[in-house]
Amino acid sequence: MIKDLITPQNANVFVGKLGDILEKAIDKPLGYAINWGRIWSLWPVHIETACCSVEFGAASSPRYDVERFGIIEAFGSLRQCDLIVVQGTITRKMAPRLRLVYDQMPEPKYVIAMGACAITGGLYFDSYNVLPGIDGVLPVDVYVPGCPPRPETLIQGCMLLQEKIKRMKARKYV
Amino acid sequence: MSKELLPGLALQKVDERIMTLNVGPQHPGSGHMRIIVQIDGDFIVACDPDPGYVHRGEEKMAEYRNYITNIPHLERPVIHDSCNVLYPYVLGVEEILGIEVPERAKYVRVIASELNRCIYTMYWLAIYGIFLGHSTMFMWPAGDRELLIDLMEKMTGARVTHAHFVPGGVRNDLPANFEDVCLRQVNYFEKRIKEYAAVFYDNPILIARTKDTGVLSRQDAIRLGTTGSVLRASGVDYDLRKKEPYDVYDELDVHTNVMKEGDSYARSKVPWLDMMESCNIIRQALQKMPKSGSVRVKLKPNPKGKVFDTVYKRVESGRGSLGCYIVSDAKPEPYRVKLSVGSFRNLIALPYLLKGEKLGNMPSVYWSLNYWPVEADR
Amino acid sequence: MSSDSENEQIETTLEEKPVSAKTSPAPAKEIELPKFEKGIADKIVEKFGPKVKVAFVKPDRVGINVGKEDVTEVAEFLRDVLNFDHAESVSGVDYPNDKEIEVVYHLGSYTDSTLARQILVLATRAQREENPIPGNDATKLPSLREIFYSVEFHEREVFEMLGVYFQGHPDNRRLLLPEDWADLPPLRKDFAIKGR
Repeated sequence: MIKDLITPQNANVFVGKLGDILEKAIDKPLGYAINWGRIWSLWPVHIETACCSVEFGAASSPRYDVERFGIIEAFGSLRQCDLIVVQGTITRKMAPRLRLVYDQMPEPKYVIAMGACAITGGLYFDSYNVLPGIDGVLPVDVYVPGCPPRPETLIQGCMLLQEKIKRMKARKYV
Repeated sequence: MSKELLPGLALQKVDERIMTLNVGPQHPGSGHMRIIVQIDGDFIVACDPDPGYVHRGEEKMAEYRNYITNIPHLERPVIHDSCNVLYPYVLGVEEILGIEVPERAKYVRVIASELNRCIYTMYWLAIYGIFLGHSTMFMWPAGDRELLIDLMEKMTGARVTHAHFVPGGVRNDLPANFEDVCLRQVNYFEKRIKEYAAVFYDNPILIARTKDTGVLSRQDAIRLGTTGSVLRASGVDYDLRKKEPYDVYDELDVHTNVMKEGDSYARSKVPWLDMMESCNIIRQALQKMPKSGSVRVKLKPNPKGKVFDTVYKRVESGRGSLGCYIVSDAKPEPYRVKLSVGSFRNLIALPYLLKGEKLGNMPSVYWSLNYWPVEADR
Repeated sequence: MSSDSENEQIETTLEEKPVSAKTSPAPAKEIELPKFEKGIADKIVEKFGPKVKVAFVKPDRVGINVGKEDVTEVAEFLRDVLNFDHAESVSGVDYPNDKEIEVVYHLGSYTDSTLARQILVLATRAQREENPIPGNDATKLPSLREIFYSVEFHEREVFEMLGVYFQGHPDNRRLLLPEDWADLPPLRKDFAIKGR
């Protein structure tokens, strides 16, 4: 009987529906497993935008060592990355490039705004060449305040992001 | 050069063979800037640096803030060398306002400035390790610089952005027992960086990647107006701490490190030698420093400059001579502040050095110029 | 504010200063000038006479003002005869009241050890336009790039920040500002930043 229902015209629809049912059935255990995998292998893009990169560099130094929390050192190829840490001031010249980098990253991707400049413009709130925060450019997940934030603050921000990912729906990106 | 090297390899004509490549701003080998290179095969034909990705208009904003509120702003270009980048501005404001600095404050400044130079150079060395793909070279300096950051934190209360120098002295006196801790840490630090020779500077891989690449001759170093370690690696004996001593450098014994080769290897070695010299200077300063006394002359709130005055002060920073040109009128805000920074002055050497170089050598030549993009863009 | 006695001390010292400042603009004859720096200034005045005006002679700093017609000639003299071999910085300063933009070259020397401490401040002025069209108006100066190679990037910066076009500069392109910058050159005094 099912054989009669499936015609070449509606086969796609049928398979899609079947996928939805399957996903719903195993969403909870599978979603947990997928999120668990994402939490412990966050790969940040190697993009420095301003002076907060000094403390970002210090965070991966032996004393602070973010790798023990599952955040791997900044990586060159953005096609393999899922985290972008905006390290400070975004100028009008940098903003289009930042968006370009973000658009090329594969889903799922997360954004951490590091430093006062990336959050509101910080000390440069009245500069002619600085954006007042990156909210208009990227959807930010976690804000890390400070000028510059200490490496501990950055690590805490990353751990907050991990908490957030844990509660996210994994299915959206599967 | 490349035209002769590859006569028959490509089927196209020479003009069609040349490819333009954007390196940066998202690239592990570029930092916060873009370098547009034209390559013919592996060889760089032309190079055009494109800075300005961190241009934040510090000089314009300085015209709207008074002499004291400018302090946290003008240290932001190089936060890990913040004492040195602030130094010429503070000296200039002192000359404009006519302030005499207490003796002890001068020594505290010298100690803070030398510690900062080491912190900057260690970070620079760590990133040089990333550029060369040398993991240990990142981990060792990045870990060891935390020792000195601890010292600066004790002294000023902040890890990197100290805002410690103010016109009239320094913000706070040294904490209790600082001299002993400082001496111990600096001695350990010096012992530690001496070990770097075996791992980095005698390392055949590092030598192969940096020796005889990007050679800058003595004449060209002078003609291009380079400064700091780039200049000293090309055989010019010029260090402002010795040639134009500011504060108490004339009472200390400063030795200048000069190398003749002018290649990337020499440019990477001179800052390392300078760090040992900094340790010497810190030890001398700790010894000669007056044990007690005021470290700060209190200023009138909102001090005003003279009617019309121009000051050009310069100091030796981690990246070379750093000048500050201040024009004052009779207002609490300066009329014009211009920072003449070492990074910006050394940038002009980049297109010159990369011409005819292999593309693979670009990161090592670029970072050996002791270049910090945030400072160059201001 | 905490210690009033110290404040008073500073106030007295600060109030003494403007008196000396008033006397200094007219080339200070009463104050004894540093000998070596005076020698440099005299050499330049001897060669060029009224074309050159000595602005100030301070310890380690000599300032001269030159008209824009003579700036190339004076710079060549500074390089060939007085051994100043590089420019440390080129700063533009806007003077809207004088309707002029000043470009200041800070020249130093590496080769001559007697000049190691010295900075020669060479200032020249260009006409200022009320409605600038950078590159296409009268705000022009001869470039010193042929004489001091090191000014190349500095002059590019002055061009974009103040709109001073340098004639003879091979590469008057934008350096630091975004590519789509269409506003006034930002370091002019009539360019106001947000909320000021």
